[in-house]
Amino acid sequence: MPSDQDDKSLLGGDLSVINVGLDKFASELAEHNVSVVHLDWKPPAGGGAELATLLSKMGT
Amino acid sequence: MEVTLNIVFQGFYKDSVALMRLSRDLAALDGVNEAGLMMGSPSNKQILKDAGLLADEGAAAEGGDLILAIRANDSAAAQKAAETIEPQIKSQTRSADGDTEWRPQTIRAAAKANPGANLALISVPGEFAAAEARKAISRGLNVMMFSDNVSIEDEISLKIQAREEGVLMMGPDCGTAILDGVPLAFANQVKRGDIGIVGASGTGIQEVTSLISNNGRGVSHAIGVGGRDLKDEIGGVSTLMGIDRLDADTATKHIILISKPPGEKVLPRIMDRIAQSAKPFTVCFIGATDLELPTNATAARTLKDAAQAALGGGEFEQSESVGTSLPESRKGIRGLYSGGTLAAESQLILLDAGLPVASNAAVPGAVGLSENNEAHQIIDLGDDQYTQGRPHPMIDPEIRHEPLADAMADSTIGVILIDIVIGYGAHPDPAGQLVTMLDDLRGENGPAIIASVTGTELDPQVRSSQIKALEAADIHVAESNADAALAALRLLGVNS
Amino acid sequence: MELIEKANEEAIRRMLGAEPVLIDVVPAGEIVPDLQDKMILHAGPPLEWDRMCGPMQGAIAGITVFEGWASDLEQAVDMASSGDIAFDANHHHDAVGPMTGMTTVSQPVMVVENKIIGNRAYCAINEGLGKVMRFGGNDEEVLNRLAWIRDVLGPAMGKALKDMGGIELKPLIARGLSMGDEMHQRNVACSGLVLRAIASAMARTSDDTTALSESLAFISANDQFHLNITMAMGKAIMDPVRNIEGSSIVTAMSRNGTDFGIRVSGTGDEWFTAPVEMPEGLYFAGYSEADANPDMGDSTIVETIGLGGFAMGASPAVAGFVGAGAASEAANYTYRMGEICAAENPEWTIPSLDYLGVPTGIDIRLVVDSGIAPTINTGIAHREPGIGQVGAGVVRAPMACFEQAVRRLAANLGLS
Repeated sequence: MPSDQDDKSLLGGDLSVINVGLDKFASELAEHNVSVVHLDWKPPAGGGAELATLLSKMGT
Repeated sequence: MEVTLNIVFQGFYKDSVALMRLSRDLAALDGVNEAGLMMGSPSNKQILKDAGLLADEGAAAEGGDLILAIRANDSAAAQKAAETIEPQIKSQTRSADGDTEWRPQTIRAAAKANPGANLALISVPGEFAAAEARKAISRGLNVMMFSDNVSIEDEISLKIQAREEGVLMMGPDCGTAILDGVPLAFANQVKRGDIGIVGASGTGIQEVTSLISNNGRGVSHAIGVGGRDLKDEIGGVSTLMGIDRLDADTATKHIILISKPPGEKVLPRIMDRIAQSAKPFTVCFIGATDLELPTNATAARTLKDAAQAALGGGEFEQSESVGTSLPESRKGIRGLYSGGTLAAESQLILLDAGLPVASNAAVPGAVGLSENNEAHQIIDLGDDQYTQGRPHPMIDPEIRHEPLADAMADSTIGVILIDIVIGYGAHPDPAGQLVTMLDDLRGENGPAIIASVTGTELDPQVRSSQIKALEAADIHVAESNADAALAALRLLGVNS
Repeated sequence: MELIEKANEEAIRRMLGAEPVLIDVVPAGEIVPDLQDKMILHAGPPLEWDRMCGPMQGAIAGITVFEGWASDLEQAVDMASSGDIAFDANHHHDAVGPMTGMTTVSQPVMVVENKIIGNRAYCAINEGLGKVMRFGGNDEEVLNRLAWIRDVLGPAMGKALKDMGGIELKPLIARGLSMGDEMHQRNVACSGLVLRAIASAMARTSDDTTALSESLAFISANDQFHLNITMAMGKAIMDPVRNIEGSSIVTAMSRNGTDFGIRVSGTGDEWFTAPVEMPEGLYFAGYSEADANPDMGDSTIVETIGLGGFAMGASPAVAGFVGAGAASEAANYTYRMGEICAAENPEWTIPSLDYLGVPTGIDIRLVVDSGIAPTINTGIAHREPGIGQVGAGVVRAPMACFEQAVRRLAANLGLS
């Protein structure tokens, strides 16, 4: 069972967020002094879902 | 003659909220009858096609291309509208480009640059969300997936992968979480305390955490798991892991579970897990009956019951009665909800009072909207049929306008029930928007309007300010969503 | 996928473990494997005469005259177009060449040996800027310079290198990075460092002070002298990375003015090609985009090992030249390339980026997934043969090459 000390545990540690998508969420986290990186996200594989799926099977 | 104009911006990405705002501006331009701005995925192209907005250029666009689609009175109007909106589409991007601060484009790069990162908050379109979550999980990140439209197969495989990696997979379609007092996505600024929550419902978590905070206690963490987690196909993977986390968390003394009734196979596993814990539980499976619970758990019928039980069982302050009376002919209740679980809670209260209820998101005991014309209608405006290609009513309450106008014009309706949900993620002034909307719709002797405000004094919109604005417009505001439904019953002379 | 990760770890181990040393300068005919008389090795993936761009055809005509296979350019073109001359890609002969990349029997080639494996790679000596054969120049001035390199500079460098026991290139590159070179567009520091390293040995092994003086002056005057050394080094580093089953690491990127081609470790020696793109950049006075030839040369081996466009952060001066303004934008190029690479090179670091190692090992999966194409710093040739360089800029590797490679690798691994 994960404990508070487990570094994968979210609870009781310092929240540090990678925000993928709506920038509003990133700015609201920053307002709460949470460390947040807002990705310059673009659809994977140029928006080609089939290639994106193939790539995710190859472990990107 | 009406024309359809499509302009394709190749390899140009903008998030859907920004696009929807621009679409709205575009549709408001002179001579424009309908407009849309969407990324060129097959599902989006279908939406444009259904709206009569897809021309050949748009049909040829790829998933990474942006389609600007306009249907206008004539081609001059269409061209003018396109020229008006184009700088707005591009300007925001240019300012981002001018930013010399590097922003990583991939989760992999962001995680490398920030080894301390422990959560990926994912809100990209559903078709890409699973792939992003897979990347996050394999890098040991917990995931909160706000995105919906993710297949159940993807949800299963992601949750199994997350369990193997020992990370939490919150969602898909997880709207709400509070971790160490930090509200994530659609959540409220609540007081810190010792009550922990695992919930499959965003607005359910918002209502319960706000009630706890407004009644003198506080929340340790609230973990969202997504609406389907307790279905048999998913097996409650995230709920069980969430319980593990809260059970191990020294700050949490009491745990509340909120969900629709779990699947048959999942239910005993949840009960076994609760029985293993030394902590007291409150279980609120909205609409479930005859739950057999371990001795350390109590059942709650409604969200309000759940909050009360966690606070020790005392009754919250009761709302005053609505100070009006209704003509004999106005007997119907119409609920127009932005929160699905709030709509469910109201259905239960009406059903418990013996009333017939119809809903587009019917709880056990209620029927579908078309099945009983005599029933009281409780409508979930956050349902897909209303939000296809439009923002959720919590972001943009404008969706409520048309059904509200219908209800106001219906001489058989006595009470309109409305939920105002505030907090992070929500519209900056939903009460003000409702009041403005009603200005045009109200006549003499119309139905009573009863609302509740889900949220706290610490939220950006400030609960008391929202209440004040509603009351000034002659809207009765109850202490909780359940109290609003109860007040409606009292006004109609129904014994609850 | 476990197999790919393990294979890529091995690829990175081989890249970072390489020990390239410049050991000799030798006539190509004596050392380049399978190089025959009346055979021309060119830059990029293989292609036929008819599909070659103007500068490539111009260079072929010029080198055919230089080798004495034709008496004039007109006859040279006849021979080249009628099949009397054999063509092949440098990359198929352990060699690389900038721009048109002409390699023929009598040209002296620099020899870089990867000491840890023992493999060698070859590249001709850089001719300098302006009207030169690598940009399709083929007049008397160009051919006379090539003859001088063959007769004077090449032998002098060869003697000196043998006498001094070669020049270790890894530490030299590390110093060059800290002095503002990115080794593709800017080689000023490395060229100076090589001159410093070799000058005394050249003096020691020379009995002709005029030749010595001319040779030292030629190296001193050529800011891009080191480019061809970087390239031979790149080839020597990347060749042992070829053919690791399952690896998604790029082993070569190259262009012939018509096609851009890449090779990937896990897909063997197959080229994945797509039409080359036009570079974007700045033009010398009097020239414009209308004069530009599409992208060309084996010099993209420099980016394949993490330098050039990938090390832009080390070289703000180049970033300005290729259109990026602020120094922070130069850094962004390097960060961006980091998103598509498997590792960082701990020995080649960029001081101004807190000693960030240059992005190393282009992973085709990451390229296609992120949509970030490798950025290449490049010179721009005039599209007519014989005119030479008209500008410099950046060019992106075409995404189609990487998409084909991803599909082939997936098929090899039984994925669909």
